[in-house]
Amino acid sequence: MTRDIVLEAERATRQVNSPDGPLTIVRDVSLAIRARESVAIVGPSGAGKSTLLALLAGLDTLTSGRIWLAGEELSALDEDGRARLRAAHVGFVFQSFHLVPALTALENVMLPLELRGQADARGRAAAMLERVGLTARAGHYPRQLSGGEQQRVAMARASVGEPSVLFADEPTGNLDAATGERIIGLFFELNADARTTLVLVTHDRALAGRCGRVLSMDGGSLV
Amino acid sequence: MLAMAWRALRREWRSGELAVLWLSLVVAIAALTGVGFLVDRIGRAVQAQASEVLAADARVESPEALAPQLQQQARQLRLQTARLATMLSVVFNGDASQLAEIRAASAAYPLRGVLKTAAQPFGAGSVTHGIPPPGECWPDSRLAAALGAQVGGTLGVGALQLRVGRILISRPDQGSAFVEFAPALVLNDADLAATRLVQPASRLQYALLLAGDARALRDFHDWFEPRARPGERFASVADASPQIGDAARRAGQFLSLAGLVAVLLCAVAVAMSARSYVARHLDSVALLKTLGASRRFALGVHVLQLLLLAVAAALLGAVLGWLTQAWLLRALAGLLRTDLPPAGWLPVLMGLVVAVAMLAGFALPSLLQLTRVPALRVLRRDADPPPLRLWLALLPAALAILGVIYATLGQWTLSLWFAAGFTVAVAALALCGWLLVHLAGRARRGAGLALRHGLANLARRRGGSVAQIVAFGLGVLLLLVLAILRRDLLQDWRTSLPAGAPNYFFVNIPTDARDDFRAALLAAGARPERFLPMVRGRLLAINGVAIDKWPQRSRMADREQNLTWSAGLGDDNRITAGRWWQRQDAGKPLVSLASEFQESLGLKLGDRLDFDIAGERFEVSVASFRKVRWDSFRPNFFIMFPPGLLEGAAGSYMTSAAYEPRSAGALTGLVRRFPSVSIFNVGDLLAQVRSVIDKAVTAVQSVFAFTLLAGLTVLLAAVQASRDERRYETAILRVLGAGRSLLMRSALAEFAALGLLAGLLAASGAALGGWLLARQLELHYRSSLVYWLLGLLGTMLVVAVSGAVATRPALNQPPRTILN
Repeated sequence: MTRDIVLEAERATRQVNSPDGPLTIVRDVSLAIRARESVAIVGPSGAGKSTLLALLAGLDTLTSGRIWLAGEELSALDEDGRARLRAAHVGFVFQSFHLVPALTALENVMLPLELRGQADARGRAAAMLERVGLTARAGHYPRQLSGGEQQRVAMARASVGEPSVLFADEPTGNLDAATGERIIGLFFELNADARTTLVLVTHDRALAGRCGRVLSMDGGSLV
Repeated sequence: MLAMAWRALRREWRSGELAVLWLSLVVAIAALTGVGFLVDRIGRAVQAQASEVLAADARVESPEALAPQLQQQARQLRLQTARLATMLSVVFNGDASQLAEIRAASAAYPLRGVLKTAAQPFGAGSVTHGIPPPGECWPDSRLAAALGAQVGGTLGVGALQLRVGRILISRPDQGSAFVEFAPALVLNDADLAATRLVQPASRLQYALLLAGDARALRDFHDWFEPRARPGERFASVADASPQIGDAARRAGQFLSLAGLVAVLLCAVAVAMSARSYVARHLDSVALLKTLGASRRFALGVHVLQLLLLAVAAALLGAVLGWLTQAWLLRALAGLLRTDLPPAGWLPVLMGLVVAVAMLAGFALPSLLQLTRVPALRVLRRDADPPPLRLWLALLPAALAILGVIYATLGQWTLSLWFAAGFTVAVAALALCGWLLVHLAGRARRGAGLALRHGLANLARRRGGSVAQIVAFGLGVLLLLVLAILRRDLLQDWRTSLPAGAPNYFFVNIPTDARDDFRAALLAAGARPERFLPMVRGRLLAINGVAIDKWPQRSRMADREQNLTWSAGLGDDNRITAGRWWQRQDAGKPLVSLASEFQESLGLKLGDRLDFDIAGERFEVSVASFRKVRWDSFRPNFFIMFPPGLLEGAAGSYMTSAAYEPRSAGALTGLVRRFPSVSIFNVGDLLAQVRSVIDKAVTAVQSVFAFTLLAGLTVLLAAVQASRDERRYETAILRVLGAGRSLLMRSALAEFAALGLLAGLLAASGAALGGWLLARQLELHYRSSLVYWLLGLLGTMLVVAVSGAVATRPALNQPPRTILN
């Protein structure tokens, strides 16, 4: 593995069992992403984009092949080992925001820092919320926030720990066009500041165009 | 439709809500039928035992020889009969003589209950069938001891010498009012004429004993009433011992109330499960509707499913209930007869009815909601059924609760009081629970990640958290109050009879033998208390109103009273109103009443009471009320007169004493010297009281254990309802990098906090409840840190472990599901 490569896949394959026999969702994907690179994965629905993202982030396990994240081979780690790796190196932004409903905006942003056992989680999280313009909403629960606000909290949560890799799955999919535009602006701004590697799944060509590299997927393979 | 319901039930079973719903029903029905079976059996036993007090199911009593038609009529109605004639007469053994109750019985006596006899006075009695054959008699222990009679010897009864066949140890109709407790002798009524005791002036009491089925007894009663001669009366079980029936009924009601608490908590679990069941089925019902299913069909399938569930729950619940009553019987061993009649089927039926009522009240409103889901939901996920109208949600539940309570207690006033009391208690607990949850949510700021997340969950699902806190809190609270009460009761009974407290009562000490008796007691090493005179009298009227017309009827006033007089009050009596008499009040028409007597008749100071004492009328006015410490075990009376008023009435004395007989013979010696004196051992009585308290509390605690189980079903229902949320949170946290151990610790923290809050509520509530009860029962309340901590930590442990186990499956949610 080359020195500044943070994410690499070698013939990554994922099969699931279906009533009609095994179904290959991701087939023989090999790729390498360097530090601070921004990569968009695009393709039609059912192309296997989200599954590839899940595999790259260690949310799902390979049927065959290998993936290295931040220098560690994922298939050599168990569930808790992969969780530790994510806590140390990975941030996420999802289409449906996925904030913890029981926690306030501030507490949600504190989570990644606390999972890493970092000091001053509260102070750093508050600073991050200020950065996304939500200081006034710090004590609110997710259900009390608008969609755009929720996604800003999710971005603050994803960036606060200064992860090596930030994964985003259709980050504007649940937002109207204007809000989505503002959110994306903020997203790339945060990313540029933190010099994070970005892996973005989308079928929005315009959004993909803002990334340094675009990978296209169809039928489970990179094309 | 039935087939579809059955298939659906089998499929749904695995999803969990129905299993929790079913479990809640099972616990409720087990609690209800467990108590139901026991109460049913005790009820039947009390009926049987009461019959024994009469030695029959009913009897006709008459001061004159019974007309032969009575017996003929009874035989026609296929009733069993026996004759009994009783009188007081002197029995001789050589030169020794003793007044005794002579009981001449016919062959079938006793029709109910048994005679026990032995070869020695005060020996261990064995059940003896039949009565003495002609020429033989069976004196009881006291008579035999007083006369020095032995088996094989002879006793003179009137003009007849009878051989002593056995010593009578007990008979069913020996009564309990101890002054009438004269020594007795049973003989065959074929010998009665030969004794020549039946003379025109002799005071005999004749009785025809009857036993048989209730209908025949009623027919006999109806036939007899118009033909009754003056002085003749028909006495049935109900007249004979209303106290036994009352006590049993009240005990049964109390246990039923205890069981009801569990039933009502289970109803909460049923409602919670039903709601989450409905939430999960909105989609599939909407789909059924787009496929053309009618509302009626959708409802029918689910109602049938619930009915199947109710039947299954009622069956298992009844089996568990039966085992519960078997356990309760063991706990109550010695208190209840072991040969209780078997339980009837009524409790099982009742269990089924209650299961259906609980479902109808708590699950049906949610189900109706389910059928109102628009088919549009298939396209738009946010298309929910119209909101449940409040009355529809509350009315069936309220009706079901009231129905179940009424069905259990069978009395509207008591049911409404219970419902109101329960509502207030639950509301108070819920309010405290709500506050605690709110505070816990606030307090999470400074906590570590796992604890903070746990507390945050607690605060977010506030409704469910409060329901669990109330359910567990109530269960533990009741158990703790009982534990505290048991300790206080037992300790009070123990401290009330320290070494040296009176342990024997002596009644019927002749006035002229009083000083000799005191000297004999002192010589035997006993320490006698005060000697109080005792005369019999009857209360005739209050303020000129005949006692049977007095508005507040009381059984205390209906019977003959034991009366006394005394110049001194004694330190075990405290004047609560009015004043105690002084020297100058001697001979004045005054009376002092114990508070129990005052309350039972609603009397005031200055009320005029008319007494008939030995044929003479006394009108006295109420001068004072006293609070009597009956557990001082000194002679005490409800009704006391000043000295100088009743001295003319023939009476006897009573006293009590601390006495350790040096040998069993010492007591016999005392009886021989003072044959009329009756002796009662308080130590035995106290040991019995303690054992009664102990067993009764164990039984009630066993029933309250069901409230803990009910709390558990509420917890399961709450976990079940939050299952999808928990899975979702698990997935998010895992994506962000949380390990299993953190998730587990967070769940443990959540339920430990829940348990701690429930325990806090329970322990504090129990301390308060125990204190209030102790004041009410005039016990000495001792606060105890041990019970407090036990309640607190015990609840925390139980809830933490159960909650962690119940949420475990949700913690296995893989992180990838979040991308779906």
